Amino acid sequence: MTNQNDHLMGAEAHLTTVDAAEGFFRKLLNKNETVQNVVNWSRKWSFFQYPFVTACCGMEYMATAGPRYDYSRFGCELPRFSPRQADLLMVVGTITHKQAPVLRTVWEQMADPKWVISFGVCASSGGFYRNYATVQGIDTIIPVDVYIPGCPPRPEAVLDALMMLQDKVQKERRPLLPVVNS
Amino acid sequence: MSKVALDRLLEKFGDAVIESHANHGDETAIVKAERLHEVMAFLRDDPVTSMELLSDVTAVDLLGIKEPRFEVVYHLYSISKNQRLRIKAPVSEEDPKISTVTDLFKVAVWEEREVYDLYGIRFEGHPDLRRILLYPEFEGHPLRKDYEIEHRQPRIPAREGRHHL
Repeated sequence: MTNQNDHLMGAEAHLTTVDAAEGFFRKLLNKNETVQNVVNWSRKWSFFQYPFVTACCGMEYMATAGPRYDYSRFGCELPRFSPRQADLLMVVGTITHKQAPVLRTVWEQMADPKWVISFGVCASSGGFYRNYATVQGIDTIIPVDVYIPGCPPRPEAVLDALMMLQDKVQKERRPLLPVVNS
Repeated sequence: MSKVALDRLLEKFGDAVIESHANHGDETAIVKAERLHEVMAFLRDDPVTSMELLSDVTAVDLLGIKEPRFEVVYHLYSISKNQRLRIKAPVSEEDPKISTVTDLFKVAVWEEREVYDLYGIRFEGHPDLRRILLYPEFEGHPLRKDYEIEHRQPRIPAREGRHHL
């Protein structure tokens, strides 16, 4: 008895897991993508965010999370409240000098690959808090990938930032596996 | 609304009050700093004033406007009588200290710590006088008018190529 899929089954028996996964993604995308592109594709659609919410921007963040704007459409609906489980740090609100070491520690605790969104003018530049207490932009402490202006930003601006970050992640070229001792 | 309370204070402590005014319900009395504790105790316990709530303690830096430089401001409210009164006490720059009212109003523990933190006015007899909003290593008192406006005291250094302001 012959099956028209026999040759495939025979071929799959010799595939490594990586080859099988790559084949799966190629079929899924229906394109001749490189592995890097496929990995980037899966990363950009499954951000696990850590919301570092300190101020009124948090309300707009919640609005973006809600059903009307619904950022789960961009694959980042699940906030993780441990930086160890997150790969997207969203800094939502004013960061004071008193709090700066905490933010820095949270960022350092996140595993690579990781990205940072600065949500609102206070996080991006200090906003109108040009005073002794406020950090004048979180990029003085941690690297930032996307800045969202606005006081607070509209949910559309947040979604725009997410799409910009997705584009950025798709274009990334970083080692797929950590290289030990080299 | 609180003219009653102000009149009562002037009647009983006329010698402790330096100055008083009442415009559109902002009844205010400026009292001598050394008599402040006495005045506050009276305002709290007297049945006519009965100021049960110390709703705020703050201060004003009158640098270049008035001598002595600081005024500590107490906002009192009577829940039972629904009346308010503002008490101010002048404090000098050379020796910025005033007696605490924490033994009269428990809430003053945090309120006086805030004034100490931001203005550097010491409250004598306070049980735990240390900074409340800013971090312990902060130097100076930022709401003083002579605090350098662009001066920053970051706790961690800036990233390479960046700087705090």
